[in-house]
Amino acid sequence: MRTAGIDIGSITAKAAIVEKGKILGTKVIFTGYNAEAAGLKVYEEVLKETSVDKATVRKIVSTGYGRNSVKFADKSFTEIMCHAAGAHYLDQHVRSIIDIGGQDSKAILLDEHGKVKNFVMNDKCAAGTGRFLEVMARALEVDLDEFGAISIKSKKPSKISSLCTVFAESEVISLIAQGEKRQDIIAGIHESIAARVSSMIARIGVKEPVMITGGVARNIGVVHALEKKLGVKIEVSPYAQVNGAIGAAFLAASL
Amino acid sequence: MKKSISDFLKMVLIFLAGKFKKFTMRFKKSKTMKDYMMVYYSDAKSARLTGKKVAWITSGGPVEPLIAMNVIPIYPENHGAMIGASKMGGGLCETAEAMGYSADLCSYARSDIASATVNGGPIGGLPKPDMLVCCNNICGTVLKWYEVQARYFNVPLFFLDTPFCHTEYTKEAAKYVRAQFDEYIVFLENACKKKFDFERLKEVGHLSHQGQLLWQAVLDTAMHKPSPMSAFDAFYHLALIVTLRGTKDVIDYYTWLVAYMKNRIARGIGAVPNEKYRLLWDNIPIWHRTRWLSEKFASHNACLVADTYTTAWCGALKYIDENKFLDSMAEAHARIYLNIGIDEMAKMVLEMIDKYDVDGFVLHSNRSCKPYSFGQLDIQSIVEKERGLPCLMIESDMTDERSFSESQISTRIDAFMEIIKERKDKK
Repeated sequence: MRTAGIDIGSITAKAAIVEKGKILGTKVIFTGYNAEAAGLKVYEEVLKETSVDKATVRKIVSTGYGRNSVKFADKSFTEIMCHAAGAHYLDQHVRSIIDIGGQDSKAILLDEHGKVKNFVMNDKCAAGTGRFLEVMARALEVDLDEFGAISIKSKKPSKISSLCTVFAESEVISLIAQGEKRQDIIAGIHESIAARVSSMIARIGVKEPVMITGGVARNIGVVHALEKKLGVKIEVSPYAQVNGAIGAAFLAASL
Repeated sequence: MKKSISDFLKMVLIFLAGKFKKFTMRFKKSKTMKDYMMVYYSDAKSARLTGKKVAWITSGGPVEPLIAMNVIPIYPENHGAMIGASKMGGGLCETAEAMGYSADLCSYARSDIASATVNGGPIGGLPKPDMLVCCNNICGTVLKWYEVQARYFNVPLFFLDTPFCHTEYTKEAAKYVRAQFDEYIVFLENACKKKFDFERLKEVGHLSHQGQLLWQAVLDTAMHKPSPMSAFDAFYHLALIVTLRGTKDVIDYYTWLVAYMKNRIARGIGAVPNEKYRLLWDNIPIWHRTRWLSEKFASHNACLVADTYTTAWCGALKYIDENKFLDSMAEAHARIYLNIGIDEMAKMVLEMIDKYDVDGFVLHSNRSCKPYSFGQLDIQSIVEKERGLPCLMIESDMTDERSFSESQISTRIDAFMEIIKERKDKK
């Protein structure tokens, strides 16, 4: 059975099409201000890319903050459920998921069947989210995609002590003024995200193996900082950013 | 001069409206909460006309001696709940912040302090107090809050100090709290310029005890499946046991309410039409969002059948002995839910989980109420360990609607319900 998953996040919209336990294709676009239009567009694009005929898609599940704007979906689930389903598909041994998206971060504990046992979310504060990195990339005039590669060159990460994104930005600007190396500042930013996210995870207790999902998983610097802080190895799948959409597509198959 | 005349006329109108309401209530078969509350606030707001005294008192304070002295008790916290429910909390909190109060201060305190200066809120401010009675069994903030109001209104303040009862109520604590009840009576005699009537206190004590037993009976009806009432109903019906404890009105109203709920049980009517999941709520309601939350949970066929908050007004029943009313009242006030250790609180939560047979536990981490929210994470892990129940923490504030983000909370509730459904449907 061919099914689709649509994940409308705060920054990007993702779509995935799966069939018989296999991923046929995925797509990521910017959400923009119209979540409903983004859902339609990302779906059309993933269909085009996989050359799948719309009529052959049996069920669609939506997820993400814009899940209720996807009117053509058969059902919606929260990202928590979908990330669990996605991660379980990518590696069925995974017991913890760290999902860092555009506007929130979460930790999800799974049982041996891949079902959600518990979860915690930081949705009160931008620090520890993708948006935080975007703000910093702008202040440092670096393309966000280069953040990871630059930061791993650092030997002495700077200290970012502010808990607030806006004040952390001023802190970063003053570090630039003091002549600190760009790689050290970026590494410091990654460590500050890792510190935020780790203290959240500690509330439910991390269980190995751990997988990271969400757009921020593409940043190797954050992954390394988290591994250092938590003292565990973290798996990164090439599908990390579209994991929620993949999970949604697999959940659609079980409707 | 003009202002004082118009204030006086306003008071006369309020007085007459209350009298008229009282008169028409005689012919009503079932008197509503609104009827009682209208008469109550009309009495209080026209107290200057009738020569009655008004005392402001904290929600956990001993109100029975006030009733026995014919003093009208007013609860700024109940007013805070009304302000929250009318979505006027944010504005009043901003006023208080402009006065210099920190945004981290309790939103009841902020709204009350601000409301006193601008006569704000849904009922145009509270009637001015003749005295203040403050008991710190609910929190430490009330001490400073009441000191601020005592200065503002220039009225005497009585402060009842209840030591924290981690696990037990020691002999020393008993002696200490009991002695303050004697001081309280002297304070009232001075403030009212008349002798205290101990015989009358006996009657009031009896009514207060009966009222609490009836409130417990109301809440107990939620043990039935489907539950005839939800915690959201309890939040509403609670107002009388808070404000009029020790009067006959409470007995009349809750006697009717118990019968009403039992009738619903007999007819198989549930608060949530298709109750499939039963939940327990912890902490003060999010007053500005009760309807939204109620509909949100109901859309998942989930009913919040019980809560630790409204239970607090009958939670110390086991300590009350009408024959030794003052002694037992001292103990009952010292050992309320917010004045005991985390393990004791968790024990009560576990008892409620079993009693109401719930499938999940929802905790409101309330930015305003530190003593209520501080130990929640520990209570949550105890519940997870002892009963294996899914738990959900929602971060918000009871009155300040600026601390509520709908889509985030919506996602959390949806995810929590997904877990509960999966677990329960598997069974």
